[in-house]
Amino acid sequence: MALATRDIVRFGWGALRGYPARATLMLIAMAIGVGAVVVLTSLGEGARRYVSGEFASLGTNLVIVIPGRSETAGISPTTLMGETPRPLTLQDALALKRSYSVHRIAPLNIGSAKVNWQGRSRDVVILGSSSELLDLRHWSMAQGHFLPPVDLERAVPVAVIGKKIRDELFGARRAIGEWLRIGDRRFRVIGVLATAGRSMGTDVDEVVIIPVASAQQLFNTESLFRILVEASSRAAIGPVKQYAIDTLQERHQGKKDVTVITQDAVLATFDRILGALTYAVGGIAAISLAVAGILIMNVMLVAVSQRTAEIGLLKALGATPRQIVVLILAEAMLLSVLGAGTGLLLGELGSLLIRHLFPILPAYAPLWAVAMALLVALFAGLLFSLLPARRAARLDPVLALSGR
Amino acid sequence: MIELSDIHRDFQVGDQKVHALDGVSLTIGAGEYLSIMGPSGSGKSTLLNLIGLLDRPTSGVYRLDGQDVTALSDRQQAEVRNQRIGFVFQAFHLVPRLTAAENVELPLILAGVPPVQRGQRVEQALAAMSLSDRSRHKPEQLSGGQRQRVAIARATVMQPTVLMADEPTGNLDHKSGQDVVRILEQLSSNGITLIVVTHDGEIGRRARRQLHMLDGRLESDSGTGNA
Ligand SMILES: Nc1ncnc2c1ncn2[C@@H]1O[C@H](COP(=O)(O)OP(=O)(O)OP(=O)(O)O)[C@@H](O)[C@H]1O
Ligand SMILES: [Mg+2]
Repeated sequence: MALATRDIVRFGWGALRGYPARATLMLIAMAIGVGAVVVLTSLGEGARRYVSGEFASLGTNLVIVIPGRSETAGISPTTLMGETPRPLTLQDALALKRSYSVHRIAPLNIGSAKVNWQGRSRDVVILGSSSELLDLRHWSMAQGHFLPPVDLERAVPVAVIGKKIRDELFGARRAIGEWLRIGDRRFRVIGVLATAGRSMGTDVDEVVIIPVASAQQLFNTESLFRILVEASSRAAIGPVKQYAIDTLQERHQGKKDVTVITQDAVLATFDRILGALTYAVGGIAAISLAVAGILIMNVMLVAVSQRTAEIGLLKALGATPRQIVVLILAEAMLLSVLGAGTGLLLGELGSLLIRHLFPILPAYAPLWAVAMALLVALFAGLLFSLLPARRAARLDPVLALSGR
Repeated sequence: MIELSDIHRDFQVGDQKVHALDGVSLTIGAGEYLSIMGPSGSGKSTLLNLIGLLDRPTSGVYRLDGQDVTALSDRQQAEVRNQRIGFVFQAFHLVPRLTAAENVELPLILAGVPPVQRGQRVEQALAAMSLSDRSRHKPEQLSGGQRQRVAIARATVMQPTVLMADEPTGNLDHKSGQDVVRILEQLSSNGITLIVVTHDGEIGRRARRQLHMLDGRLESDSGTGNA
């Protein structure tokens, strides 16, 4: 005697509606569990994707040479702050260019100076670099041209400015061709950068870029802040890193006094940390699902004892033990499905809200987390209602009907 | 055809053994109308539950239509209950959240009868109890007599061969009780085997065959009226 699925669902649904408080409680417990998994993993995943995106916007296949040695060969505060125990020079940069695996190279100098045009002035972050910086950083021009591809040692008096600098100094007037005063030198504006947003702490809209040799004169220094090297392919990143280490060691009288980091390694580290974070919050949320499961068990046990007479009656009417198990399990599963569905809806609404409040965070719950939450919810619902269902199937109908 | 031979049913209460049935032998022919009377605690309900396969004897053999049913598994016994036995209880035992029609439908659902046939059979069963206009009512919207008639419709919808009623009028006023007895007797005259447990001598004496129980034994049996 097999029960029709439709009848099972109808009966279970009726039973749930018969005890709305109990059903609602279980539904909420389940929904909170599933919702928590969805929201928390979307948050973790959002953070991971945000950081990955930030690093990707730095450039592709990047190898970064930083003056000073880091003992752990990783990133330490001193290397990131760019303290200079021994200078990194333009000649070093030129030496790196000689490898076939090096696609682009951009020496980088950074400083701050007063920029002045017809009486208007402000302090600006000045980047000294080369023509290849534009493509290396995936930037583009709003107007004019980027730095000309000239010899790195030539101090050409030209400047490329960010959009905000243009707006503040020139307003609606044409900036290209105008002469700026930066510090005590004059530079001709040859281009305006298109907005690229923030990346790694510098706002492209608020910088002025001049040739690296000019920057060295302006700040009166021989040393570079960084050398950005773009390897010709992903596979070339490792060799280029090694090449940079070897070349610079040779040039620096055998001293290992530079740190070479690859974007890949940094990215992978962040990826691992944030990935682990996502798993961790997912795990914590899964525990709340298990708690929901235990709640389901207790509530179903109460349900079975509340409905002793009904179960006894079903037996008297000819329900087999199996049919009783199926009916009780179906009731719990129905609740689990509804709870999980509600939780999924709430979770997705939650991550929608997060994306709305923090537009920079791509907070989408990963598919595996959603699938896991639903599976665990349904499995917990099934597992934890097995005991109550078995108990119901074993009820003595005579006792159940007599209410003894 | 019900054949009980030397049936015992003991209950262990603490370290004491209660002999609820103490060697009952009884044969009930198909279509008999039988009442079981006796003082409280004499074992009437226990006997009825055993015949209805809701309980198993401690010892003894029970044959239903020649088949030894005590040897059947729980699942097989459930099927026998579903197909061949109908119960009417003192407390009605209707599922409160279901309508009259849905209550009557339950045995059909358990038997796996397809929905199209179910509707018609439920309607017929309710019509036979003059309850067609109450089919969508919940038990709480029905009088005691109506509730018991819904219970009888449910007990008969599978067209069982045996109908068992344990104090079917116990919770009813005199008039509704008489209605219920009349309906049961109507079913009996249509050929069903009817077994009624009652305290009410007036009702008990209407049966063609009357059993009296005392301390788990059959004290008297008026004998087979017709067999
Ligand atoms: N589950 C049980 N556990 C222990 N003792 C039981 C159980 N069921 C019945 N008994 C005992 O068996 C005896 C017979 O009980 P039963 O219910 O059959 O009596 P009855 O004749 O139906 O009484 P009443 O007229 O009050 O309904 C009683 O002494 C009762 O206490
Ligand atoms: Mg009794």
